[in-house]
Amino acid sequence: MPNVMIRKNDAGDLLFYVAKKDMEETIASVETDTSETWGGEVVLTDGSRWYIDPISPPPSFPTTLRFKRGDE
Amino acid sequence: MATLTRDEAQALIQEVLEAYPEKAKKDRAKHLAVNDPSVEQSKKCIISNRKSQPGVMTIRGCAYAGSKGVVWGPIKDMVHISHGPVGCGAYSRAGRRNYYVGHTGVNVFGTMNFTSDFQEKDIVFGGDKKLEKLIDEINALFPLVKGISVQSECPIGLIGDDIEAVSKKKGKELDKPIVPVRCEGFRGVSQSLGHHIANDAVRDWVIGNRDGDTSFEAGPYDVAVIGDYNIGGDAWASRILLEEMGLRVVAQWSGDGTLSEMELTPKVKLNLIHCYRSMNYISRFMEEKYGIPWMEYNFFGPTKIAESLRKIAAFFDETIQANAEKVIEKYKAEYDAIIAKYRPRLEGKKVMLYVGGLRPRHVVGAYEDLGMEVVGTGYEFAHNDDYDRTMKEMGEATLLYDDVTGYEFEEFVKKVKPDLIGSGIKEKYIFQKMGVPFRQMHSWDYSGPYHGYDGFAIFARDMDMTVNNPCWNSMQAPWLKSAA
Ligand code: SF4
Repeated sequence: MPNVMIRKNDAGDLLFYVAKKDMEETIASVETDTSETWGGEVVLTDGSRWYIDPISPPPSFPTTLRFKRGDE
Repeated sequence: MATLTRDEAQALIQEVLEAYPEKAKKDRAKHLAVNDPSVEQSKKCIISNRKSQPGVMTIRGCAYAGSKGVVWGPIKDMVHISHGPVGCGAYSRAGRRNYYVGHTGVNVFGTMNFTSDFQEKDIVFGGDKKLEKLIDEINALFPLVKGISVQSECPIGLIGDDIEAVSKKKGKELDKPIVPVRCEGFRGVSQSLGHHIANDAVRDWVIGNRDGDTSFEAGPYDVAVIGDYNIGGDAWASRILLEEMGLRVVAQWSGDGTLSEMELTPKVKLNLIHCYRSMNYISRFMEEKYGIPWMEYNFFGPTKIAESLRKIAAFFDETIQANAEKVIEKYKAEYDAIIAKYRPRLEGKKVMLYVGGLRPRHVVGAYEDLGMEVVGTGYEFAHNDDYDRTMKEMGEATLLYDDVTGYEFEEFVKKVKPDLIGSGIKEKYIFQKMGVPFRQMHSWDYSGPYHGYDGFAIFARDMDMTVNNPCWNSMQAPWLKSAA
């Protein structure tokens, strides 16, 4: 369950950054992304899948959240 | 553009790898690559930030070097104790040439070396008492010291000293920040983890110090320069450009920087990062906690400077944007003259780099401004995100080498035959003896600054001086020369 910092890049995409792993990847899709809730399964551009219990109201970015690996 | 084709470069890497035993070959193969600028994610072709192979010559440093030498050391009004045996601090003292102003030994302490000089009895009985005494002594001898950082060397972690407890206690007593940094040399695979640990110590012990204090009058154009260590005056040459643009530079991290500048940084509008590798962590933290955006910039060579000035200005209003254009215009005649003078002498020359931090990618533009071509580059301690950024800067089919070994670097040079190599002190004399012009690019070979427009003039002169030095024609002993 790594700590992940989510921030917006200049283009407005969300970046998924894991400091321990030096991983900085763009988020391709988020399962639930409405004005009330944010979360569920998150797919990155490199194809990896991660999971977070949906949060409501949606968090404001940048913020650090704990994710689970999608395949666990 | 490149002199090697993709296949030739691949073949060269293969050939160099042949010398290794099977296991080492497999490992090193992952660190060597031929660049393809269209690849978005570097991890597909190059692996970095891994433990070096035993038995090879690596050029890396330790976590203590990353924290004491790079991040903390330049903060001039603090004393940084090299906590442990005397050597680590003594041999690295003042080597990085982080310039600063002030009276050394009175209100600033940059080039001095403070150490707890561990002896056997300190290892056996612990060094916490000694550390307390040392802190008291420092405060008595140098009453103007603003704070003290305790930079752990290897033994501290091994014997389990509680430097945090000592720091807390002494900090209260003296009413000054005393910062314990757990940067023992054995942590991590290179100095890179030392940067991270140092950033975390800044986060935990410095950044929040003035959270409730509103006495600082923040302005709309406040910025902080992050990750400029003022090597040979770099930060000064950068700072004036930002100031001419109408921005107010509140803090310099950490070259010629002070503790209060760091404490005030959470009040700025924008963090400008030059060395991404060593200070992205704290910038990310400030973005999350204080909502301060950060931006990477590059002040090497006029093309990149203009690009960066415009990018920075775009964050602010039209006045600043107009000012940025004025600044670029103001220096135009100056840098055009430099290019006109040196470009004909340097046009088409090939450069190979192997440095750390930001240089392997940031100086590419400056060389291109002089008509030179960087045909190979690599980092001592980069991570994936550095190579992501590098691959776009470098040309097609150029060489990338991560944590290159002494042997690989020599072989590459023999084959690629560059006109100039830019690397560290440890490589300098090998290549000079091979007859290849060399610049020590860690601390600008005792020259500098290289940042900003002023720095570019010096950069161009230095490169010319090295590449076109007549000594390279005298590499052969006179009696060995074939009779003409
Ligand atoms: S590895 Fe340890 S002993 Fe060596 S310089 Fe670094 S801190 Fe000192």
